Amino acid sequence: MKEAYLDNSSTTRVCEPAAAKVMELMTENYGNPSSLHTLGFRAEQALTEARRNIAAALGAKEDEVFFTSGGTESNNLAIFGAAYARKRMGMHIVTTQIEHPSVTNAVRQLEKEGWEVTWLQPDREGHILPEAVQEAVRPDTTLVTMMAVNNEVGTILPLDAAAQAIAAKKAPALLHVDAVQGFGKLDLRPERRKIDLLSISAHKIHGPKGVGALYVRKGVRIAPRTFGGGQEHGMRPGTEGLPAIGGFGAAVKALPPVNEGLRQAEELAAICREKLLALPGVEFNSPEDALPYIVNFSVGAVRAETMLHFLAARGVYVSSGSACSKGKQSPVLEAMGLPRERIQAALRVSFSHLNTLEDVDALVEGVREGLASLAVKK
Amino acid sequence: MKEIILIKLGEIVLKGLNRQSFEFALIRNLRRRLEPLGKFDIREAQSTIYVEPLQEGIDLEAAAERVGKVFGVIAFSRACMAEKNMDSILKTTVDYLRDELRTISSFKVESKRSDKHFPLKSPEISAAVGEYLLQQFPNLHVDVHNPDLEVRVEVRDFGAYIHGKALPGAGGIPVGTGGKAAILISGGIDSPVAAWQMARRGLELTAVHFASPPYTSERAEQKVVDLLQKVSEYAGRIFMFTVPFTKIQEEIRDKCPEEYFTLIMRRFMMRAAERIARKEGCSALITGESLGQVASQTLQAIVCTDAAAMMPVFRPLIGTDKSEIVAMARRIDTYDLSIQPYEDCCTVFTPKHPRTRPEMEKLLEAEAALDKEALLEDCVKRTTFRKITPYR
Repeated sequence: MKEAYLDNSSTTRVCEPAAAKVMELMTENYGNPSSLHTLGFRAEQALTEARRNIAAALGAKEDEVFFTSGGTESNNLAIFGAAYARKRMGMHIVTTQIEHPSVTNAVRQLEKEGWEVTWLQPDREGHILPEAVQEAVRPDTTLVTMMAVNNEVGTILPLDAAAQAIAAKKAPALLHVDAVQGFGKLDLRPERRKIDLLSISAHKIHGPKGVGALYVRKGVRIAPRTFGGGQEHGMRPGTEGLPAIGGFGAAVKALPPVNEGLRQAEELAAICREKLLALPGVEFNSPEDALPYIVNFSVGAVRAETMLHFLAARGVYVSSGSACSKGKQSPVLEAMGLPRERIQAALRVSFSHLNTLEDVDALVEGVREGLASLAVKK
Repeated sequence: MKEIILIKLGEIVLKGLNRQSFEFALIRNLRRRLEPLGKFDIREAQSTIYVEPLQEGIDLEAAAERVGKVFGVIAFSRACMAEKNMDSILKTTVDYLRDELRTISSFKVESKRSDKHFPLKSPEISAAVGEYLLQQFPNLHVDVHNPDLEVRVEVRDFGAYIHGKALPGAGGIPVGTGGKAAILISGGIDSPVAAWQMARRGLELTAVHFASPPYTSERAEQKVVDLLQKVSEYAGRIFMFTVPFTKIQEEIRDKCPEEYFTLIMRRFMMRAAERIARKEGCSALITGESLGQVASQTLQAIVCTDAAAMMPVFRPLIGTDKSEIVAMARRIDTYDLSIQPYEDCCTVFTPKHPRTRPEMEKLLEAEAALDKEALLEDCVKRTTFRKITPYR
């Protein structure tokens, strides 16, 4: 049975060059980058190369990239680091109701510690409106944290509006962007878009799990959360997880150009939507202008989980809600104000540049059969 | 919206009959630097160089950054092309500058009309654009003395241009118009700055680095590669020669008086560098020496090292204070690399009390204990080479 992996926003398959790099850094160049000898030097060069690849993809400088254990750690480091570093300038945070839990729960913790938080609500399509962002930023706002692309429905958030609001209100705020879903898929060069902090993760772009990075704009100071031997300029000490980091760098290098990937995803999404729409009871939860890598839809009266297992048995992999909130009802779809039954029937398809039209056909065929055999006949 | 880069030329325009060769060199250097980013049309007209992207999706931000590092560019700006009528000029101004106009509070308009057939005169263009912007952006007022943004409109022969901010270029004259010289580079703060300064006067660079394994490490050599990489963003491609220097240093340590160690070593460096420089077609050497900075850079010491070289030795930093050198190193972004703490060839076997007022006679006497020719030939023969290109 051919596999149609359409759950790339949960995680991706590690690409060949990344896997080879990981292997090399475990078995050949296994030195500690801090060691003075030749093996250490080679390890350091591998570290530098990975950092360079990632900096290049972000249009950033090498010393603006700090490796972490993944998106969650990057988000935590950015949010707590920024809030604590700027505590004396103000204690107001702006974020949205459709963030990833690693942002939502970090901000909730700060709320408990005394920060005031403005939680922006999405409209019925999952958009955060630029006007709402502009209104929410105040002269005492010290952090605006917002994802680039929503992980469940694919809406693109108004980052430029946030940057403009900070400038216009002369707020002492840092702009943090959780770009875990957007990296490699959108043009997100932080310097140009006036982003101060940006989180990315390797395993969403065909790199290994357990590694990510935080971009910190040069000159921006945030408070570290971990203390140790001074690696990563003291921002995130601990012996570097070089195999994973090297794999991350190789995966970034192997990504197609943003525009090329986007065109391909647009084509897949358009055909996917067109074919699904022809099936009875299918409704789209992703708006038309969502990032085409993500298509969220509800399958009539069939519960998402049932459909998901039905599809998996046919080698078609999708998710219900998002994989992080296994089994729980999606807070994002809830925040969008969708009816309960529609939320419970919501499936998310997410593409990568490795997907083909065949995968889309397998999905549509699976959903068609699923509807025929699972739906309650009236 | 079609965006281009307009470049103002510096002292090149004063070069009289040679002007054309300087312009050719500048355009050639711009082409080389921009080529990896995509197809551009680069041409000169009315004392301005136009850099026009010929493909969709070219990263103009990156192009502008590169242009800002090409010697011979005195100033440049990004500009948006408009049709030569007021409707198009007004609309383009708003579209092009919208983000900035939204967040600032004061502006003024400066217009220039080099095409005298255009129906409106410069002040009339300014007035019309100003009025339109006030209508469109209620947050704005005019301030002719201290505006947050100066909106510049230029009506030229080919079209009208709405400028973004004018940015300073790297200055100087185009690399390659002044011949070729070899920089002696150790990895400290000074030599990259000296190299950069001489490249700014039109010299093409070759680099000579001395490595002393096992006293110095691979990291020390990598540091020099990284430094030259930064310099090459200004100076273009650089050939780097790494001379194995351990044997010479050990010979000096074993056979010469300690107090003369550094000077004799530096004289060998001059000689070895000169041999390589000649082979590479260089006509001068460059060092980062600054008078009185260390024992080997006193006037008497420089007299001794200078005597070892037949070629002219350029020392652009000779009269510069350390703090000024540091400021320049920061500007060209080599400072943070330079201060990485790796042992370099100059600090191997440093004498406890080096001679600050060496005597030439004693020096020559001490040197006589060494088989100069054999040592030099051996180290030059074992020299390795690599090519350093900007924006790898």
